[in-house]
Amino acid sequence: MDLYEHEARELFARHGVSVPDAEVVDTPHEARRAAERLGGRVVVKAQVKTGGRGKAGGVKLAADPAAAELTARQVLGTDIKGHTVGRVMLAQPVDFEAEFYVSYVLDRGAGRFLAIASAEGGMDIEEVAASRPDAVARIPVEPDEGVTASKAAGIAAAAGLPPEVAPVLERLWQVLVREDALLVEVNPLVRTTDGRILALDGKVTVDDNARFRQGRWSAQAPDPHGDPLEAAATAKGLNYVKLDGEVGIIGNGAGLVMSTLDVVAGCGARPANFLDIGGGASAEVMADGLSVILSDPAVKSVFVNVFGGITACDAVADSIVRALESVHLTRPLVVRLDGNAAARGRAILDDRAHPLVHQATTMDSAARRAAQLAVSA
Amino acid sequence: MAIYLTKRSKVLVQGMTGAEGMKHTRRMLAAGTDIVAGVNPRKAGLAVDFEDRTVPVFGTVAEAAAATAADVTVVFVPPPFAGAAVVEAADAGIGLVVVITEGVPVHDAVAFHAYAKARGTRVIGPNCPGLISPGQSNAGIIPADIAAKPGRIGLVSKSGTLTYQLMYELRDAGFTTAVGIGGDPVIGTTHIDCLAAFENDPDTELVILIGEIGGDAEERAAAYIADRVTKPVIGYIAGFTAPEGRTMGHAGAIVSGTSGTAEAKRHALEAAGVRVGSTPSETALLALAQLG
Repeated sequence: MDLYEHEARELFARHGVSVPDAEVVDTPHEARRAAERLGGRVVVKAQVKTGGRGKAGGVKLAADPAAAELTARQVLGTDIKGHTVGRVMLAQPVDFEAEFYVSYVLDRGAGRFLAIASAEGGMDIEEVAASRPDAVARIPVEPDEGVTASKAAGIAAAAGLPPEVAPVLERLWQVLVREDALLVEVNPLVRTTDGRILALDGKVTVDDNARFRQGRWSAQAPDPHGDPLEAAATAKGLNYVKLDGEVGIIGNGAGLVMSTLDVVAGCGARPANFLDIGGGASAEVMADGLSVILSDPAVKSVFVNVFGGITACDAVADSIVRALESVHLTRPLVVRLDGNAAARGRAILDDRAHPLVHQATTMDSAARRAAQLAVSA
Repeated sequence: MAIYLTKRSKVLVQGMTGAEGMKHTRRMLAAGTDIVAGVNPRKAGLAVDFEDRTVPVFGTVAEAAAATAADVTVVFVPPPFAGAAVVEAADAGIGLVVVITEGVPVHDAVAFHAYAKARGTRVIGPNCPGLISPGQSNAGIIPADIAAKPGRIGLVSKSGTLTYQLMYELRDAGFTTAVGIGGDPVIGTTHIDCLAAFENDPDTELVILIGEIGGDAEERAAAYIADRVTKPVIGYIAGFTAPEGRTMGHAGAIVSGTSGTAEAKRHALEAAGVRVGSTPSETALLALAQLG
C-alpha cells in the first residue's frame, strides 16, 4: 500500500527524521486557518498517490493565508494523473542550499534491499539516473546487517553526500524495517541554509502482508478519496481493481484473471475490472463480486472464468446459481468452467437455464462471446 | 528424471495437522508422494492415519529429519510463523523447502532466503503452489488429478492457476516437472534456476516459461536463455492490460530501467528466440507443434 505524503511524513518524524512544519486539510477554509498557524507563507501540496505532482500543478506557493485559501480552492477536486485531489498539505517553505536523493528499495532480483542515493536530488532525478548513471550510487544492504553507522557513512560517501546525512540514512533504514516498508524514498532531502538536514518530500510503500504485526495501519479508516466501487469491494474483502472497459471479469487466481483481461482485450473489447475470487468458491463471494461488478454502469457483459484446480467447478456453479437468487442479473453472463469437476459444474448451470447465462467450453471462445455481447449491447 | 523432486524424495510437512496441511497431505499421498513425517511442536508423538499410511508427527524438523531421512519439506504454517519454519528446516539440513504459505511479509522473506542460501538449502516460494513431477512425487498443492501424466515438458511459472491451465491443456503430452515459483516480490527459486535445471535434465525436451507483470525476472530469464539454454523454450506472459497499480515510482524505475510491463517481457523473450503465445491455449499449441 502506497502512503500519502503526509502519512510518510509522520513516519519520518516518528523515527527522528526532521521534516518541515505542516498541516493536512480538506477544505479551503481550513487551509486559511492552517496557513495562519504556520506563519502565513506556505507551500500548498496536493495529496495524491502519484509522482510528478510538481510538474502537474499540484504544488504551489502561497504568499499569505488568503492566497493559501484561494490556492487550496483551485487544487482541491482537480485531477492529477487520474487521481482526484481530496486533501492538501500546507507546509512551511524552507530555504535550502542543496537537494539530495535517498531511497531504500527492494531489489527483487537479488532478494534484498538496495540503498540508492545521489547528490543531485530534486524533480529530475529520473533523468539524472538515465543520462548519468554514475551520479547515482546503488549500494546493496545485507539483510542480517542492515544500515549501521559505518554502512550509512559508506552510502553517503559513495553518493557524494555530506557526512551529516549519514545519521538520517540510519533513521530511514529504521523506518523501512520497523514499519515493514517496501520502499522509503526521500526526494528531495535538503540541507537548509542554516545547516539542518530535512526531508522535504517522501514516499513510503508499506507491505500489506505485514498488517498482522502493524496495528497502526489496520486501525486506519478506508481511504475516503478512493474509487467508490473499489471501496465497496474492499469492504467486502474482494480483490478488485476498477478499469475503464465494458466487460466485467471474475476469475480464480491472479495470473489467470490477468490472462483473462488480456484475452478479452485481444477480442476487441476492454475489461471493466480485475476481480480474483481466489481459491474460494462460496456463494457469498460470488454474489458480492457480481453485485460490485453489476453496480458499474459501464459493464455490458460479465465473463466468469474459472479453472478448477483445488477449487471444484461444481461448487463454483452452485455458488453462481445461488448468487443469481440475490443478485438481479440484467446483463449477460458468460461462464467458462474447466478442470476439477467441470462436467458437473456445467450440468448445474444447464439445469438452472437462466436466460442471461451463457456457457462456453474454452477460455478463448468465452472471451470472444463476452466481448461480442458487450460490444453489441 | 525430473528436477528437484523425484520418487526418491522423502517429504515432511510442517503444519500437517492444520486444516490445509491435512487436506493437501492427503492429496500428496494420493499422488504418490513419499510423506514420511509431519511437524507440530504441540503434537509431537502423535501419528495421523491417512488412507494407506500412518504419518508420525515430530516436535521439530531436526527430530523428524533424524528419524526419517526426510530431504524435502512443505510448509503450510501461517504467515507470522513461516519465516521461523524455513529457518528451522535450513538448520536441520533439509535440502528443499517448499513454502506454500500466502501473505508472508517481504522483510521476512528477505531474511529467510538469505539464511537458507547461506546453508545450502533451496527454497521454493513463498506463496507458490509447489512442484510436481508427475508419476513420481508432488510437493505442494498442484492438483495431480488434472495433470498426472509424465512426459517431456518442463514448466516454470509465477502463477498457480496458469500452471494448472497449461498442464491441463498439455495433459496428453505430459511433464517432467512443473514448478510454481510464486508471484511474490522475493522468491527463493527463480525462472533462471529452473531453466538451468531443465537444461541439465535429459528427459526434458522443451521448457514452458510463464511470467506476469512486475519486476524484471522474465527479462533476466530471457538473457539467460540467450546465453545458456539450448532446449526450445515457449513463453507466456500475463498482464498486458493490467492496471499499472502498485508502481514503485522513481526508485522502481531507477532500479530496473523498465517498468516491468508485459510488453517489455515479451520483447525480451522473443529477442532471445522464445516463441511467446498470446493466450494460454495458443501457448499450448506452440508447445505441441515444437514437440512434433
